[in-house]
Amino acid sequence: MELELFTALCTAAVAMAVPLLFAGLGELLAEKSGVINIGLEGMILLGAFAAFAVAHATGSNAAGLAAALALGGVWGLGFAYFAVVRGANQIVVGTAVNLFATGLTGVLYRSIYGVTGTAMTIEPSPTIALPGARSIPILGQALLNQTPLTYVCLATIPLMALFLARTRAGLELKMVGENPNAAATHGINVARTRTSALVACGIFCAAGGAYLTLDYTHTFVEGMSSGRGFIALAIVIVGRRRPAGVLVAALLFGFVTALQFHFQALALGIPFQFFLVLPYVATLALLALNAGDTNAPAALGKN
Amino acid sequence: MGERLATSALAGGLGLAAGALAIVLGGGNPFTAYAALVEGALGSSYGWSEVAVKSCPLAITGLAVALAFRAGIWNIGAEGQLVAGALLAVWFGTSMPTLPALLGIPLTMIAAALGGALVAAAAGALKLRRNVDEVISTIMLNFIILGLVGFLVQGPLMESAARYPQSDALPAYAQLPRLITGMRVHVGIGIALALIPLAAILLYRTRFGFVMRASGSNPAAARTAGFAVNRTLFQTFVLSGALAGLAGGIEVSAITHRMYESFSPGYGYTAIAVALLGRLDPVGVLVAALLFGVLEAGSSSMQRVAGVSSVLVSLVQACIILALAAIEHRRGRRSDRWL
Repeated sequence: MELELFTALCTAAVAMAVPLLFAGLGELLAEKSGVINIGLEGMILLGAFAAFAVAHATGSNAAGLAAALALGGVWGLGFAYFAVVRGANQIVVGTAVNLFATGLTGVLYRSIYGVTGTAMTIEPSPTIALPGARSIPILGQALLNQTPLTYVCLATIPLMALFLARTRAGLELKMVGENPNAAATHGINVARTRTSALVACGIFCAAGGAYLTLDYTHTFVEGMSSGRGFIALAIVIVGRRRPAGVLVAALLFGFVTALQFHFQALALGIPFQFFLVLPYVATLALLALNAGDTNAPAALGKN
Repeated sequence: MGERLATSALAGGLGLAAGALAIVLGGGNPFTAYAALVEGALGSSYGWSEVAVKSCPLAITGLAVALAFRAGIWNIGAEGQLVAGALLAVWFGTSMPTLPALLGIPLTMIAAALGGALVAAAAGALKLRRNVDEVISTIMLNFIILGLVGFLVQGPLMESAARYPQSDALPAYAQLPRLITGMRVHVGIGIALALIPLAAILLYRTRFGFVMRASGSNPAAARTAGFAVNRTLFQTFVLSGALAGLAGGIEVSAITHRMYESFSPGYGYTAIAVALLGRLDPVGVLVAALLFGVLEAGSSSMQRVAGVSSVLVSLVQACIILALAAIEHRRGRRSDRWL
């Protein structure tokens, strides 16, 4: 494969991986606290819409991002209200969040922007070249010449690993996920810990959504999260619920997605749907083979 | 019973109110919008026919989800199972030799049920043999089947004219007949109506239904009592999948006649809302399916007349689910632990 093509593939892979990573890291926190959030898809979509709407109205992508993050926190709080405070089933709440996002973004998009036919666009967020972007082959271009949000995303991974392994709050979070009763006995506020994790999860998902509109497509399309929330759910499992694992899984699936576009163009006879379903097949295969420790908290999904 | 009805009615009202709020937020008039919706769905015999057409897959997939949830199985995969059923129905229907319709239609329906059952059985086996959470496996399977459909309708199952990414049409002897000229109301609705009491009998009047419910509310106790919990759970997976598959088979055989990628507008996901609003009870599921059928059937006229996007229906459904979740907990009813 030519070097230039490989560089382009890697750059596309990183771009594909960022929204998956954001949502995956959010889910990681929620799951570590014992809450499974299958509403990632809806939270990404809402974040994407909020970022687009505010950036379009104000002309400022930073304002769009801020609005998306704020709203993401509110959605996380809402999820926590039903699933933690009210004790409703987490799967039910997640399903509702996804339906809610589809409905709300669809209604608002059509009533604000109408069905114009021409795509509304916003100014793309600029890329910033870091030192080494030009000199390091392949990875320099893929990793060091990206948008600020990409850097934030990549920088979050070691920070989250540190948070989970080395800080008091991180250890408490994991304890709540493993054994909420024991955690409560130790004086940890289980509801508050899970609520914080869900708020963070909402903010992370919204960041992934904002990346989609502000940095990647520069427009909004109904249903544009197109399954990313569910792939994120998959990469958390494939990444064994560890930040570094989630990174590797996200990059792998990002690369496969980038490859799929390329193969579609080349028409090599491999059906491109094969690449589309790969994350889901890989997840099922991994779970079925029980390959290694899935690292799932003991109290995951239980109220 | 009266209290449960009141709760459902309150949740439905809150859902519609939230929808109205979203319409106002978007600068529309909720009264005009809802009036257009009701007029579109119930203002003509064609509208009534469409309500029946939309309610049919929702009622059957709603049953599929309700039975699974009753057994404590979180089957989020009704969507994939429905599509798999339609897929197998089309594959079978377009490749079988010419048959009398009396034979062709039932065989096509059986193929559809088999398709859904196979997918659900995979999730069931993964759960019972490998301890794989069915929430995750059924979600993954939904997307795998979606990819499979995409591949098949552009490849092996593509129409002989090879123009559009869709399958050939089912032959007449595999098509469920429609009842009234110029309308889409069809025989499959009778199947849905027949399944409701059958499901109720299964759930409340048979040993299988009892073990199912016991496994759902307290699997450990059911095991201790000597019931074959795992076998019952696996059979419930298969039954749930078969129902969802049948819904897909009826839809393809009576309405679309062909398979294509956007075959289902998310019936299998709406089914979760239907099952919950119907309180996991067969009759409740029928009522909820009819209500959502009205919403779905009237939403296009709401979009046309009042300019409010038809996806508003999703928002209303979401708020109904959330309202139910919140209300039930406030009453602290232990019998409703599933919410």
